[in-house]
Amino acid sequence: MEMIKADKLIFEYEKRDEEGNVISTSRAVDEVDLDIKPGDFIAILGHNGSGKSTLAKHMNAILVPTDGSMWVDGKDTSREEHIWDIRQSAGMVFQNPDNQIIAAVVEEDVGFGPENLGVPTEEIWERVEESLRSVGMISYRHHSPNKLSGGQKQRVAIAGVLAMRPKCIVLDEPTAMLDPNGRKEVLKSVAELRQKENITVILITHYMEEVVDADHVIVMDHGHIVMQGTPREIFSQVEELKRYRLDVPQVTLLADELRKRGLDVPAGILKKEELVNALCR
Amino acid sequence: MSIRLEHVGYVYSEGTAYQKQALKDVSLEIPQGQFVGVIGHTGSGKSTLIQHLNGLIKATEGAIYYNDKNIYEKDYPLKELRNQVGLVFQYPEHQLFEADVLTDVCFGPRNQGFSPKECEKRAREALEMVGLKEKYYAQSPFELSGGQKRRAAIAGVLAMHPKVLVLDEPTAGLDPKGRDEILDQIAFLHRESDMTVILVSHSMEDIARYVERIIVMNQGEVLFDDTPKEVFSHYKELESVGLAAPQAVYIMHELKERGLPVFTDATLIEEAAYEIMAALKKEKEE
Repeated sequence: MEMIKADKLIFEYEKRDEEGNVISTSRAVDEVDLDIKPGDFIAILGHNGSGKSTLAKHMNAILVPTDGSMWVDGKDTSREEHIWDIRQSAGMVFQNPDNQIIAAVVEEDVGFGPENLGVPTEEIWERVEESLRSVGMISYRHHSPNKLSGGQKQRVAIAGVLAMRPKCIVLDEPTAMLDPNGRKEVLKSVAELRQKENITVILITHYMEEVVDADHVIVMDHGHIVMQGTPREIFSQVEELKRYRLDVPQVTLLADELRKRGLDVPAGILKKEELVNALCR
Repeated sequence: MSIRLEHVGYVYSEGTAYQKQALKDVSLEIPQGQFVGVIGHTGSGKSTLIQHLNGLIKATEGAIYYNDKNIYEKDYPLKELRNQVGLVFQYPEHQLFEADVLTDVCFGPRNQGFSPKECEKRAREALEMVGLKEKYYAQSPFELSGGQKRRAAIAGVLAMHPKVLVLDEPTAGLDPKGRDEILDQIAFLHRESDMTVILVSHSMEDIARYVERIIVMNQGEVLFDDTPKEVFSHYKELESVGLAAPQAVYIMHELKERGLPVFTDATLIEEAAYEIMAALKKEKEE
């Protein structure tokens, strides 16, 4: 069974006048099909307004399709009775670390989710400890979240999702507001989760470097999926990506520049080591 | 004409349990017309530093001189300083509030006491400078996309004709094309006028591409203050304070270690490509 499946998913935002009558609609997601398998690492790219965040919000039923369907772990998101199961199987982490943390102490914040699910107290503490350990934040369990750096706050937010024991985690630009070190910390935590816990990861980002290890990359434009494939397949199409207001990793760009100058470098280089090996044969 | 900081220190919540030294003995001078980058990890003091530049925060130690006048002197016209040193905050779209884009951008010049006609003229010029099309002027700023809101907010500051433009992370959350468009526009304005631009950014690639000087902040102090090439040659020290160098720097160092005779000072992809081609040619000739 797919972890996430969408069938001709359409979502329209409605604009209403003061009496609540719909005066116009705009289609943010337009007939999107998705098949995401358990354990996959999927990256979604797309310019601002391309529909990627709207699509992501369907993955834990914050939004439900206007038309077409979305299933999370086999459950139809449009059926209200499934909503809590869905939110437990697919957790979300957002861009701004400052408005996702609610408690005054790190461990209480992480325990909030399972507590809401009615998990017995003893197990809550086990989960809190385990989750904080897996994002490398266990030594901060008694700290106030206010004093943490951006990267640390985001890792606490991820731990909060993990404590719900989800099968899938959806990260919507989790590093957009972080400094280089914070970005590194968050990405390392996400990579470890995949290896150790086999959790499905959906990562939305504007940083091309962050998706080179994904199993599959999806590119969105005007609500449609316009490109999909492995990172190597996607990033070997430099010009097409630029047309969609995107970019390629710096090292891919350098390889492309060298190729344009007549050097025999393979297309779709994604990592520094690959380029160095190609040049220092 | 310049901004000069002499031994500036700033302590938050002095005398309480939350006391924190955010800036420590910062001395530097930014001449009129320079394009300066400020980098540092979250909490390094860079936002505190830039808020000193237009008198929004008052230093607890030291002095700041704008065009050789001490801004902390009694009777110094702080309002005038704020007209000349324009600050665009992080997430500037939160600064938008008027009913339509044009009125929003008029807010600054109106506050400066210009006639409605002059305000509109300046607002239109500013909107044109940031590349926001006329069809948006009558729209509510809240209906714009992320990149457009960012442009409208920057136009709001530009309409005041500042001599110094300070931008705190102007491209956070924007797609790659949007990032390039906004920074290219700012670089263009900088070239066309004598405006000083101070850019705070977490993107080392952007910093390397646009600025002529980098100030690196760490724990409230200036760690480096030099040209991009010089600053990024200290990439290991930058990493130890939570920063990094542009990708090109790492690639060049690795190539050199593996025996390709490249100069390691390239910070941009084009420079790196040029260096690599030159090194390969040299290798072939030998």
